[in-house]
Amino acid sequence: MRVAVVRFPGSNCDADTVRAARQAGADAFYVWHRETTLNGADAVIVPGGFAYGDHLRAGAIARFSPVMAAVRKLADAGAPVLGICNGFQVLCEAGMLPGALMRNAGQRFLSRPVTVRIENTDTPFTTAYANGAIFRMPVAHGEGRYVASDAVITDLEREGRVVLRYVDDNPNGSVNEIAGVCNPAGNIVGMMPHPERAADPALGETEGARVFESVLAGIAHSSGGPQ
Amino acid sequence: MTATRAEVLPGEPAITDDLVREHGLRPQEYDTIKSILQREPTFTELGIFSALWSEHCSYKHSRSILKLFPTEGPNVLQGPGENAGVLRLTDGWAVAFKIESHNHPTAVEPYQGAATGVGGILRDVFTMGARPIALLNSLRFGPLSDPHNRYLFAGAVRGIGDYGNCVGIPTVGGEVSFSPSYAGNPLINAMCVGVVREDEVIRAVAEGSGNVLLAVGARTGRDGIHGASFASEALTEESQARRPQVQVADPFTEKLLLEASLELIASGFIVAIQDMGAAGLTSSSAEMAARGGVGIEIDTARVPTREPDMTPYEILLSESQERMLVVALRDHVADVEAIMHKWELEAVPIGQVTEDGMYRVRHAGVIVAEIPGRQLIEECPVYHPEATEDPLRATLRGQTPEQRDPPPETALLTLLDEPSIASKRWVFEQYDSTVQASTVNGPGHDAGVVRIPGTSIGIAVATDCTSRYVALDPYEGGKAAVAEAARNVACVGARPIGITNCLNFGSPEKADVFFQFREACRGIAEACSALGTPVTGGNVSFYNEHPQGAIDPTPVIGMVGVLDDVANVLRSSFTTPGDAILLLGRTRGHLGASAYWEYVLDAVVGSPPPVDLADEKALQSLLLHVAGRSLAHSCHDVSDGGLAVALAEACIGTPYQATPIGAIVDIREIQGNLTDAEVLFGEDQGRAILSASPADAAIVLTEAREFGVPATQIGTVGGDGDIFQIQLARRRIEVDTAVLHQTYFDAIPGRMDTMDPQATDN
Repeated sequence: MRVAVVRFPGSNCDADTVRAARQAGADAFYVWHRETTLNGADAVIVPGGFAYGDHLRAGAIARFSPVMAAVRKLADAGAPVLGICNGFQVLCEAGMLPGALMRNAGQRFLSRPVTVRIENTDTPFTTAYANGAIFRMPVAHGEGRYVASDAVITDLEREGRVVLRYVDDNPNGSVNEIAGVCNPAGNIVGMMPHPERAADPALGETEGARVFESVLAGIAHSSGGPQ
Repeated sequence: MTATRAEVLPGEPAITDDLVREHGLRPQEYDTIKSILQREPTFTELGIFSALWSEHCSYKHSRSILKLFPTEGPNVLQGPGENAGVLRLTDGWAVAFKIESHNHPTAVEPYQGAATGVGGILRDVFTMGARPIALLNSLRFGPLSDPHNRYLFAGAVRGIGDYGNCVGIPTVGGEVSFSPSYAGNPLINAMCVGVVREDEVIRAVAEGSGNVLLAVGARTGRDGIHGASFASEALTEESQARRPQVQVADPFTEKLLLEASLELIASGFIVAIQDMGAAGLTSSSAEMAARGGVGIEIDTARVPTREPDMTPYEILLSESQERMLVVALRDHVADVEAIMHKWELEAVPIGQVTEDGMYRVRHAGVIVAEIPGRQLIEECPVYHPEATEDPLRATLRGQTPEQRDPPPETALLTLLDEPSIASKRWVFEQYDSTVQASTVNGPGHDAGVVRIPGTSIGIAVATDCTSRYVALDPYEGGKAAVAEAARNVACVGARPIGITNCLNFGSPEKADVFFQFREACRGIAEACSALGTPVTGGNVSFYNEHPQGAIDPTPVIGMVGVLDDVANVLRSSFTTPGDAILLLGRTRGHLGASAYWEYVLDAVVGSPPPVDLADEKALQSLLLHVAGRSLAHSCHDVSDGGLAVALAEACIGTPYQATPIGAIVDIREIQGNLTDAEVLFGEDQGRAILSASPADAAIVLTEAREFGVPATQIGTVGGDGDIFQIQLARRRIEVDTAVLHQTYFDAIPGRMDTMDPQATDN
């Protein structure tokens, strides 16, 4: 149960993500952006932050880093890959997820809790949720407005690939209140809210922990249990 | 005395009286320089003295007064004089923290000015070996009715957010207020808190002859030259022309520098590290050498620059951001370079520690400055300016408002709609408050609380200053700033352990301003002694003046407290219908210098409420006791706007609570002979409201007697649904909680939404 957390210059949710994954029972470790292998990882998380300072555009430079070729290879082999916040932006820029994340409709960075609903429990990061589960997680982003062509949105909705949706209140103007999506195979997931910040009773919200518990359960199942 | 020598470079200006004056040096200061050197200084040396003897670096007007502060205590690991103060916590942990101003740069370029302020304070903390875990900021602007103030406010908030968000440090608290006195001179004070293992604290003391100085991080450019001197003069119409002296922020490089510096400190390959902050390479090198009692020699031609042909003068005085000076062990220079390169940063040897005590600068080998190091730092003149209160202030203290009291419901809504009191959600939503996944109390509470990762220890932090009080009575105002900051920390269940301060005043060369400064410091010192919270450092910002005059004196207190178990944290909002509401502390109905008089009756007059430090200490002890035994569901400090505003805020709830909660309150018993306005809006110090289950409330009432704190049950949470009701002796006020909620949260967005496009432009 090895979970690699990619570390770009400018990643700043890397330590939080490693901690949440370890709390769920994973053997979580960092992989520096210059590395070309993932050290035997079973799953990969691209954490939040400002990879390469978000110069040009969020995620625009990170997708060319050596480590992303290894991430893509692992994803092609069907391994679970999760992008959180800036990590979601990176996966979209890399073409591993459809659509793009644009500047928030309100034009300002937005940091606050949002309410979300789980729309798809078949991805490796959502199996531990009840379908339709509603809970709170923080968002903290300036560029989180999910957009895609009408055709892509139609496909996403028809194929059930909207994984997470904002409820009651759309914080950034995302199309169809989309907070998270997956690729057609379902193994690559991106989401703007931060599950790693909602995984500790001392801090309030705890339901984000299930994202990490899901991937652990899935890997344990497919590989016949803890190694 | 050793003879010194330095060569004049071709093309350098001759030293004239005008040039000396332009460098902010007085004739007698220049005479002292000549006697230290036993000759005329070179242009480069003049620049060095100008920077280090500026008020910003030398504290020449404030030093004699700062001695009043208590700076020692059993838990003080590092007091004033270092990059940041450090206090011991438990289990081998320590907290490093400091507050600093970036007022002048923000006045001319709000986005970059505020952003670079955050960058500087982060570096002060991580150069102690501490990992930054929280940011706060204390901001003051002119009223939002003026578009220029809205431009400064929006730009500064965005600059602060963009910087802290990118580096990944949560902003968990602070304060924002608005008053005409800040219209031409906003205040931007940024505070950073970091944690470090007690035995891993590093100090910025150069030592070991032959050890190597390295410039690390960003390259040196021509930005910010003489920023320290700029900060040491009053703002004028011409200050806008100073825009090129404002540095440009690069938070991405800062994040790399943070990680690289912490790795460097942990490696054991270096003996000292300091930010190239105000006065850049000059102050960092001279200060580290003076602390170690050693000499240093640097060659400016080896410093990596962004532009060709920079002179030694420019390289020494540049304030380009995200740069550090490191003293490496002579045998580990390559190791230091390797760590920096891993983080994609430059590290270039530029000089070494010497034995001769001389501060020597070469440029491509040629000596351009040679100054006895100790005298450079220590022989800056100290001034004892005249301090006399302007008689007008005594007159104002004796006055009362001319307007008549409006109905209390109207007054309450006016106060909740006042941007200085209303919710600051518009501001703190732009700051990442949850990154690092350790935020227990984010912004919008009495104090922010972050947990030290891997422990149950919480660090509580608050900033405070009611400048209205300080303006009318600087001594009581200084005391009140400390008392309220400590009370805020105690209200979340944490024990106050120490402060940092940012003392924002006008020109110390004015007798009235210096009187304010001296008296406010006296009040701060007395309160810190009484409350057991030593001063661990801070910053003095003088010359906060603009063509209309000086700012209101604003000594901002940054208080740090410790919570042994974050599970016992208290928040300020009512939580549970049926809970008893208790008022702790004595109500006397003091309206002098109150928010009610200022915002409702339009009169900034009267004497501020006196602070009884023994009562304050008793209240805080009781709060800690109650929180430690989990006897309360909420606790909120009574301050601006008095009891009525405190109760309304507790009903309105946390920033993201779905709906407010009602309360039925009866204050006839404590009202006695007081008028409605006095009991509702008086700002008597040393008070808090607390909610608890009826059974626990009974225990709290008993405990309060033992602690010598007056305590009364004044109402019940919830009661009649959505109604906020207060029964007074001769009338009852009732307001729908939805109206309270909307007024409180819409006040600032309502004013900012009308803003012109200019205000969103950086």
